[in-house]
Amino acid sequence: MPAIIEVKNISKSYTRDSFAIPVLNDITLDIEEGEFFCLMGPSGSGKTTLLNLIAGIDKPTSGNIFIKDTDITLLNESSLAKWRASNIGFVFQFYNLIPVLTAYENIELPLMLTHLSKAEKKQHVEAALNVVGLTDRMFHYPKQLSGGQEQRVAIARAIVTDPLILVADEPTGDLDKNSAAEILILLDRLNKEFKKTILMVTHDPHAAEKASKIRHLDKGDLI
Amino acid sequence: MKILKLIFKNAFRHKLRSFLTILGIAIAVIAFGVLRTVVTAWYVGVEATAANRLVTRQAVSFIFPLPYTYRDKIQQVPGVSQVTFASWFQGVYIDKNQFFARFSCDAETMFDVYPEFLLSKKELETFKREQNSCVVGEDIAKQYKLKIGDVMPIEGDIYPGKWEFVIRGIYRPRDKTTDATQMLFHWNYVNERMKKETPERAGDVGWYIVKIKDPSKSGIISKQIDDLFKNSNAETKTESERAFAQSFLASTSAIITAMNILSFVIIGIILLVLGNTMIMSARERTREYAVMKTIGFSGSHLIGLIMGESLVISIIGGALGLTLTFPLIKGLEQVIPKGFFPVFEIEPITIVLAAIAALSIGVLSSLSPIQRALKMKIVEGFRFVG
Ligand SMILES: Nc1ncnc2c1ncn2[C@@H]1O[C@H](COP(=O)(O)OP(=O)(O)OP(=O)(O)O)[C@@H](O)[C@H]1O
Ligand SMILES: [Mg+2]
Repeated sequence: MPAIIEVKNISKSYTRDSFAIPVLNDITLDIEEGEFFCLMGPSGSGKTTLLNLIAGIDKPTSGNIFIKDTDITLLNESSLAKWRASNIGFVFQFYNLIPVLTAYENIELPLMLTHLSKAEKKQHVEAALNVVGLTDRMFHYPKQLSGGQEQRVAIARAIVTDPLILVADEPTGDLDKNSAAEILILLDRLNKEFKKTILMVTHDPHAAEKASKIRHLDKGDLI
Repeated sequence: MKILKLIFKNAFRHKLRSFLTILGIAIAVIAFGVLRTVVTAWYVGVEATAANRLVTRQAVSFIFPLPYTYRDKIQQVPGVSQVTFASWFQGVYIDKNQFFARFSCDAETMFDVYPEFLLSKKELETFKREQNSCVVGEDIAKQYKLKIGDVMPIEGDIYPGKWEFVIRGIYRPRDKTTDATQMLFHWNYVNERMKKETPERAGDVGWYIVKIKDPSKSGIISKQIDDLFKNSNAETKTESERAFAQSFLASTSAIITAMNILSFVIIGIILLVLGNTMIMSARERTREYAVMKTIGFSGSHLIGLIMGESLVISIIGGALGLTLTFPLIKGLEQVIPKGFFPVFEIEPITIVLAAIAALSIGVLSSLSPIQRALKMKIVEGFRFVG
């Protein structure tokens, strides 16, 4: 399998009070197409930082990231935004749904940036709702849903544009055991059935069980 | 789902907060509308005065009279085309609350000098002929349901005694700004009675109104008139009617200036209120903006979203305010004594200004949250704890 994500000599440091704090040190990493890649490591080791760089919502201090032959570190902010819209689906620990929108509308949100017709949008949203098994909850608002259901809506929102890669930062971090298990089954299904490349960050060894590959970060070094 | 739907949903996320902000804007717009209407009514009153008329009054104060004999002397001044005069009569009609201008005038010339008072030829002729007749403005006739032939009894105060005037004419205003709330009768009629009752006051004239041929000469002519009576025991002060109107209401003018300033201060205050609401809302939504940026929404989307929300609130508030201003102004018009302002209605420019103010408040209030949302890095947005 060819590498869909190639991380080459990535370093990232934050400057605080004119001190540079290194967070990632010269990371090189390949993720293959169709992989369920899991990134683990202690708190503060730089997992989120690396995930954000690969997902194109942050810029490295040095190094390059190729995704399907595009070096995203060279893209300017607006091209990067367009690139994210069509290539990356995001799942966050705290779901980050828009509270004033229904489940349906939350899922529809990324489609506002596309030129799909109304009917096509409806089709996409309903398909995504179907995958996450929440068709009967589509008119509910986030606060009327359980945490697990909210995360499933968030996953539906992440897949509705049919992105190349799904990134998930501790998607089960805020859920009870049963809900977490459901989310992992869902991600696994997306990986196996829908052939999505998944990059997941987690603390949870259970969560990592579903992964096809696991790497560890420690104090900014890949081990 | 359209972006507009999201804008509306955002605008009413905190119902009470949005409601109060809208109410605040509405009240500000109403206050602005009312203050501007008073201010413009005032200036309209001043501007309604003609440029080709001078007013000659007693130099010390217009409450002191001038001798009737000045009339011919003023008439001699080069550039003067016609001279008429009037005296403030006041008196009480029905009761003390009926406030409208009542004065005696020279029936022969008055309506020549005031062409904006439209009176039919027939009515004018009867008025000139009958010594105890009077002419009232159309508004007064309407208000008191008066018609030609009715008798208006006036209880004199400046000119004591009981007076009765027969209505022989009802004048119509030529322009919107023309005061149609005056009552005019014969100076001669009043003067004849003064000769009998208080002879020392006979022959007194309140002020002269001097029609001139060339308005640009008003300065020179005024000076020439005043020079005629230098060192007499009734020196005069002549000025354009406009200047006279301004000095007549000089004490009010400070209040008007204050109102003028206040109307804009109110807009400033409400800008702060909406600005504050928007900043609070945008702060609370830092994470959501980060999510939207992550999904791929661009800067212009966020600008539209935030400015749209601010505009929704300011437009609803502005529209509500304007809608309520109209009946309020109508109501005030009923309460303000007739003739206090020649015109008291909302000027189109006031509506335009209020609308512009509401819109600019909407735009300005969103600038700071927009700038913040645009500047925010996505990863910072997710780390932000509101
Ligand atoms: N914007 C920032 N400014 C300064 N320091 C930052 C910033 N973002 C992250 N860091 C620091 O970088 C380091 C790595 O952070 P990161 O969030 O990547 O860790 P993590 O492995 O995801 O931890 P956790 O498991 O707790 O989520 C931490 O020490 C953190 O304090
Ligand atoms: Mg993290």
